[in-house]
Parts: sequence; C-alpha cells; structure tokens
Amino acid sequence: MSRHLEIAIDRIRCDGRGLCAELVPELIRLDDWGYPIIASGLVPDHLISHAQKAVAACPVLALALRQAERKAPS
Amino acid sequence: MSRLRLLAGPDLSLGAERLHAQVERLGPLPVAGAALIDTLEATGLAGRGGASFPVARKWRSVTHHSGGAVVVANGAEGEPQSFKDRVLMSTRPHLVLDGALLAARALKASQIVLYVGEEHRAAWTAMAGALAERPEPELHRARLVAAPHRYVAGESSAAVHLLDAAIASPTTKPPEPHAAGVGGAPTLVQNVETLAHIALIARHGAGWFRSAGRRGGAGTVLITVAGAVPSPGVVEIEAGTTVREVLELAGGTDPAARAVLIGGYFGSWVDFATALELPLEAAALREHGLGLGCGVVGVISSRGCGVCETARIIRYLAGESSAQCGPCFFGLRALADACGRIAERGSNPDDLARLNRWARDVRGRGACRHPDGAVMFLQSALQTFAPEFSSHPAHWRAHATGRGVA
Amino acid sequence: MTDQLLWYTTRAAGAVSLVLLSAVVILGVLSALRFKAAGWPAFLTTGLHRNVALVTLVFLALHIVTAVVDIVPFSSYYRTFWLGLGTIAAELVAAIVVTSLLRGLIGHAAWRVIHWLTYASWPIGVVHGLGTGTDAWSAWFFALTCACVAAVSFAVVYRLVAGPRDPLAEPRASFRSGVERKPEP
Repeated sequence: MSRHLEIAIDRIRCDGRGLCAELVPELIRLDDWGYPIIASGLVPDHLISHAQKAVAACPVLALALRQAERKAPS
Repeated sequence: MSRLRLLAGPDLSLGAERLHAQVERLGPLPVAGAALIDTLEATGLAGRGGASFPVARKWRSVTHHSGGAVVVANGAEGEPQSFKDRVLMSTRPHLVLDGALLAARALKASQIVLYVGEEHRAAWTAMAGALAERPEPELHRARLVAAPHRYVAGESSAAVHLLDAAIASPTTKPPEPHAAGVGGAPTLVQNVETLAHIALIARHGAGWFRSAGRRGGAGTVLITVAGAVPSPGVVEIEAGTTVREVLELAGGTDPAARAVLIGGYFGSWVDFATALELPLEAAALREHGLGLGCGVVGVISSRGCGVCETARIIRYLAGESSAQCGPCFFGLRALADACGRIAERGSNPDDLARLNRWARDVRGRGACRHPDGAVMFLQSALQTFAPEFSSHPAHWRAHATGRGVA
Repeated sequence: MTDQLLWYTTRAAGAVSLVLLSAVVILGVLSALRFKAAGWPAFLTTGLHRNVALVTLVFLALHIVTAVVDIVPFSSYYRTFWLGLGTIAAELVAAIVVTSLLRGLIGHAAWRVIHWLTYASWPIGVVHGLGTGTDAWSAWFFALTCACVAAVSFAVVYRLVAGPRDPLAEPRASFRSGVERKPEP
C-alpha cells in the first residue's frame, strides 16, 4: 500500500549540515553552499525508510515527513 | 486620464486631511460588519501590498480561525522606489484608519496595529495626528508601531514577528499569519492602500468600485512612476490604464527609453515598446507573466544601463536578506557578485551560466518570498536585456565612454 | 567471592563508562564542528554520538546496580559525597539521553537547553571517579582518567577557539540588530 508522504523542510532551522543528502541522495542533493535541494513530489515507497533516517538524523530537526495534501483539480 | 478617488479632495500639498473635512466630504464611517466581506468579494479587490491576493479570500481565511483577531495596517513601504503608501498616509490618514476599523469590526478583531515605516516621518506624524482625532474606542487602543527600515520588514510574517518578538524578520510558514499571527491570534496584515479602498467601498458599494476601470480592470490603483520620466511621483489611475497613458501623466515618454520595470524590485523588466501597450490590470499582466506588485512603474533609458541597474538592484536585494536561510543569503550574494562582474568587467559565458544556474537553484528555497522575488526580477532582466548581458566588449566599453548601447 | 566480583565489576563498568562518555562528548564536539572527511560522512559522527551514548547507558546501569548492591550499604559518610556526585552525573546523563530520544516531542529549542548539561555531567562524572577511587587508586585508572580528560579538554578548547561553524551566524546577528524594535518616537 503506497503512502502519500512528502519531505517538508524548515528553511530557517536548516543550517546546511548535509546529513540528509548523505542518507537519501536519491531525493536530496546539496547546492553550491551546502544547503539541501529536495526533489518535489511524493517520496517513492522504496525510499521512505531512507527518508525517515534522514529526518531522524538531522541535528536541528529541520526535516519532517508529512502527508501530502491531495491537490484539488483546478 | 488620472482618476482620483483615494486622492480626491483637497490638494495633496495641503498635507493630512482632518477628520471633520473628510466627514464633510465623504460622510461618516459607515456601519459595516461581516457582510462587508461579501461586498469585497463582489468588487474583486486585490491587495495592493505586492502579492495582489484577493482581499475577500484573505478576510474569510482569518474568520476560519478562532480567537480574537488582530488587524495590522501595513504601511512599512520598504520598497525604495515606491512612494504611494507614504503619500496616502500623509494626506488621507483617515481613509486608512477607516479601513482598519472596518476590517476590525468585520473580523471581530480585538487589536488594531498601524505598522508605519520608521523613516516615513510625514506619514508617521499624519497617522499619529489622525489617531488622536478619532472618537472610536478601538482606535484609542490602536498601536502605532515603527517598521524598521529594511526591505523585508514589510513582509507579513516579519511584521507579526516584530510585534511578538521585537525583531522584524520573516518566519517559517506554516503557520500563515491569518491562522496564527500576533500572539498566536488570527491576523490580517493588509496594505494601507487596500484599506483606503475599502473605506470608500463601504460607503459607495461594489458597483461604484467597479464603475471605474478599463480593459477588464476594476477600481483605481495608486502607481509610483519612477526613473527616466520628467515628473516622477505618485498618480492614481483606473485599473487597466496602459503604461503609455501612465507615463503621459508623468510628463511623457522618452523616445530613448529602453525598458520599464513593472512592480518594483520584485517585478519584471519589460522591453519599452512592449511595455507601452500593457494595461496595468492584474489579469492582463498575468497573461504576460507579470504582476502589478507594489505599483511601481520605473523607466530606464538607453542612456542608462540595464545591466548596471540590474546589478545594483540585485546587490541591494542580496544585502536585504535576513540571513536566516542559506540559499537566499549565499545564493543572492553569489548572483549579485556574478552580475556585478558582468557590469564592471563585461560579460563572460561563465558568469552568465552561473546566473542561470543559481537563479534556478535559489528559487523557492527560502522561508519567505524574498529570494523568489529577486530571482524573478533577475530572470526578467536576463531576458529583456539579453543583448546587453551578452555583448561583452561593446557593452562595457560603450558604457565607459558614456555612449548608450543600441 | 560475590563481593569481589561485584567490586571488580563496578570498577570496570565505571571505567568503561568514563571512556565511553568521553568519546560521546568528543563526538558531540566533532558534530558541532561539522567534521567531515573522505570516508567519514557527517551522519557517521552523529550516528556514533547517539549510539555510543546508548551503550554508555548500559555500562552506567551495570556500574550503578553493582555499586548499589555492593558499596552503598557499606559506605561511610566520607564516601557519600563522591557517590552523590556520581548520582548527579548519572541523572544528568539519563536526562540528556531521554530528552534526546524524545526530541521530536519536546522540540529542538528545549532539547538544546538540556543538552548543554552535558558540559556539567562529564566533569562531575570524572570527579566522582577520582573521588570514589581514592582508597583503591590504581595507576591504570589514574592514567585512563588523565587520557580522557586530556582528549576531552583538547576537543572542547578547540571548539571554543574555532567558533561557530554556522556561516549564517554572523550575518544573521548583524541583520537582527538592524531590525530590532525601537521605542516609538
């Protein structure tokens, strides 16, 4: 059963430590200054556990996995 | 071709209109409650603070959250080229106060805050004087708070944060101010021009508001005309007025004009010929990927330099980052450095590639819209001034010799 | 026989706890310094820091249980002070670990305040070790303590000298000082 989860980030709390990009490089890479660029959209099922590790590893609790809002058709 | 509604009445040079004069001219403050929100919906009024967000929708979202609401009249006007808010506050303060009071009553707000840029002395004096004249108890309790003189101090969450924690820096969203703002209460942060429009709408109705406006636009708009025009300043026009018509009001169009900046520092550069025929109206501008923003229309002539002006503005915006988010602080600074190098030493493919790459990287990766506004401004410059950005030796050599670029 | 076993166990577990706790503090300093190297990613530092702290709890528990069974019933008033320090150090470590495990619930700000207690728990633990060991000091324990103190001191001093590793620390503070609310004129 697929879960509709996406990675949310608190941009003010984030201070570019980079653990997230180490733990789930398929979804998170670092920009030229060490801050995460997060792939938009849902987290693929096979990467959810890795995303959870990244969220838990963040030293400043800047990341979270949350239910994606189902966007109403416009 | 100007259409005076907000600025109708005594000549602006006479300063702040007193309460009794406004009551004589426009009648007293109307009684209005929550039904005002329906009226605003019928007008289609959009906010004049820069985001052009539908006002009725914003007010409804405040009512969706429980607790005594707070109304913040935003007169920070941190945009350097914009003068409309301070002109409005210093000449028609009671329209602004009426609007704030109407909002407070419609939203059952327990607090009113007037957030005025600390450097706008005339506006400050006028608002303080106007407050003292008012009999309403809600306005006796109202607070006049100085907005620090920084670009982001006027951002909604920054205003809320100043009131809560004495520091005007933007905060992470969610929660949005309308859900949890000042002291956790649902907060309406509304531009002073928007509130002034509401003061008139409450008196005359939605139909009256929409009776002005052309080419699909509704109501009037305050525009600051800046740059290479004979008479820069604030004008009030019908929505849908073209840029050409606005420039006529400011003394005429310069045949040597190169481009127009529409919407201020978070707006977009448009090639002059294209800009002239653009109606200053939300839907039409959106079709061109543009926005009214804070209502600044700035002209640059070919005697000036689009690259240098862009570099200067990006440098300014980079310096105005609140330094809370890495991508904004470092990204805008890097963009400013690259842009500055092109301006001073001539363009080169590396810096152009960097500008494009970093602009894509930075966008959407801050806690507020500051980096987005800066990046979209830069991208419009790269598009509009493409010849100047890429013509290396001709550009800076011509600039150095004082000759304009063709 | 059981007495001796308990006695040796409590001393050994105490020594191991000291070494592990020292390692935890050093790893914490490395984490704050954002230490990274080829083959040593950032998550290794924080992962080790957390896991070694949990292992420390195990040895600390062993140390406390064996001490309570063996020593406490027979302690003199003189000894009680040093034991008391041990109790304080152990409680601080427990508080730090528990709040860290519940970080998601209490939030980052509250967690951070309590985490600073580390800088109290470690020295109190060291002093407890030296104090309770006065009647049975051995050279190896003293040497071990000196090595731990030297390593941790070096790490902490280095951290103080290196300064904040957050490149936004200075510009953020500079911006904030410019947007503070001034009293209304």
